[in-house]
Amino acid sequence: MAKPKVDKKLLLKVSTNARLNLTGKEVDEFLPQLQEILKAFGKLDEIDVKDEKPSFQPLSLENVARKDLVEKCLSQEEALKNTKNKKDGYFMGPKVT
Amino acid sequence: MKKAQSITEFVKEVKRGSISIVEHTEKIIEEAEKSNSQFHHFNLIAKKSALLQAKEIDAGIKTGQHKGKLLGVPISVKDCICVKDFESRAGSKILSGYLPLFDATVIAKAKKEGAIIIGKTAQDEFGFGTFSNNVGVDFEKPLNPLNPKRCCGGSSGGSAGFTSLTSLTHASIGQSTGGSIAAPASFCGVAGLTPTYGLVSRFGLIDYANSLDKIGTIGKTISDAALLLEVISGYDMNDSTSLKAEAQNLGNVKHLNDFRIGVVKEFFKGCEEKVQKECMNAINKLEEEGATVEEISLPLNAKYGIAAYYLASTTEASTNLARFCGMRYGLHDKLEGDFNEYFSKVRSQGFGIEAKRRILLGTFARMSGFRDAYYLKAMKVRTKLIKEFRQAFETVDVLVNPTMPIIAPTFGEIKKLSPLEQYAMDLCTVPANLAGLPHASVKVGEHKGMPVGLMITADHLQENKMVQAAKAVEELK
Repeated sequence: MAKPKVDKKLLLKVSTNARLNLTGKEVDEFLPQLQEILKAFGKLDEIDVKDEKPSFQPLSLENVARKDLVEKCLSQEEALKNTKNKKDGYFMGPKVT
Repeated sequence: MKKAQSITEFVKEVKRGSISIVEHTEKIIEEAEKSNSQFHHFNLIAKKSALLQAKEIDAGIKTGQHKGKLLGVPISVKDCICVKDFESRAGSKILSGYLPLFDATVIAKAKKEGAIIIGKTAQDEFGFGTFSNNVGVDFEKPLNPLNPKRCCGGSSGGSAGFTSLTSLTHASIGQSTGGSIAAPASFCGVAGLTPTYGLVSRFGLIDYANSLDKIGTIGKTISDAALLLEVISGYDMNDSTSLKAEAQNLGNVKHLNDFRIGVVKEFFKGCEEKVQKECMNAINKLEEEGATVEEISLPLNAKYGIAAYYLASTTEASTNLARFCGMRYGLHDKLEGDFNEYFSKVRSQGFGIEAKRRILLGTFARMSGFRDAYYLKAMKVRTKLIKEFRQAFETVDVLVNPTMPIIAPTFGEIKKLSPLEQYAMDLCTVPANLAGLPHASVKVGEHKGMPVGLMITADHLQENKMVQAAKAVEELK
């Protein structure tokens, strides 16, 4: 399969998607490292896997669902215990628009 | 490694009333506090809470209320496992101040058996490392107690380091994604057990990669580690990947006759000569004691394990770490800008360099247009690698190889390695982790005064065979 060219433009796109602001120094450090890593990992193309199913888990697992019953859950106060940004019993977030 | 009384003997004495749990707890806390300024094995030492627990148990014993397999045993816990009201940061600044509202299932189970939780141990941030050098922003690297110029191994470095350092009865709960129990156990000369994927509940674990993470144990001996594993294993409805199985009476079978050991030749090839030699010595002795030894070839795992593992684990990590955004817990900042600006600001401050590197790698591998070529491809290769193991276990009970290709490196040596070269050090541990297979690391010898570990891998849910073989190795000395 054709592999994309890993350049600065692509790295910045990836970092935006990952919600990371990279410094110029980080870009200079990461770019050659990621190029090297992805080039090395490209060797997976040597194996023929067209008849294989992907293993998203190491063991075959059954889907487990518990009974749909009302159970105890965190109180509003407990749920907000670890945040500094709260107001009137709710999380307070940055503006959305 | 300093020797100490075994957990079984310790608990017997506690029940007889000949050991004061309060005194023992005080001693180990003092040792932890004293050694931590030099070795940094702990991110948090829970003096007050541990002593309170100890007093309660001591009082309970006198009135006959307290029983349990771990009665009064000090247990340290890797930072990524939630303990109620203990700051739990997975070694990351982004979780600064996070106080879990609940105990992870493994902690609840250990406490139920009388364990005393003494603290949270140092690790690579979120488990992202082989040497515990990739600690989070403002964290200290744990140092190897056998030689502080050398690393503890990672990512459960503090767990293995303190288990080796302490002269008191103690075991640790660690966690492995790609070898994070076996590697530090090998580098610190202690025993590490990683169970079958799903045997131990992950409820309350701060995830690295869900399809790979396993909580396991580290002890001074295989018996200590196995006892702790028995306590924490078992089905948990709070973890949808939990297996309806548990580990019990591990390693009770003693004889080695008819035990078939497979020596993985490709994993030996990539190791330092002296490391190979120490491991082969132990294997030869097992053969003398009645085991059958044969060579096994795992060419696909040796060649493609690292690539498949790092694509799988970073992809999963990049989605797991998306939840850390300075809103509900952990690191916060002043609410400024729109939500993307705010999240990016907090995340850029809170994650260390290796966490950023792996988030970028994983985000890339699952991006639209690249997902099939990288992530999905790695998942299909994983199927092939699991099949290769399955075939091997048709002819042998356990597979053996050096745990790590080298002895614990110095921090100077680590610095010279590129990220890719560091990833390559996981050659022997990654395949079993990718396949969810139980594996142990046990000390077999020394090189330059540092321990060499042998890794023993068994088939899914064959923990008993893994422990049996590991105990046999331990008894060779």
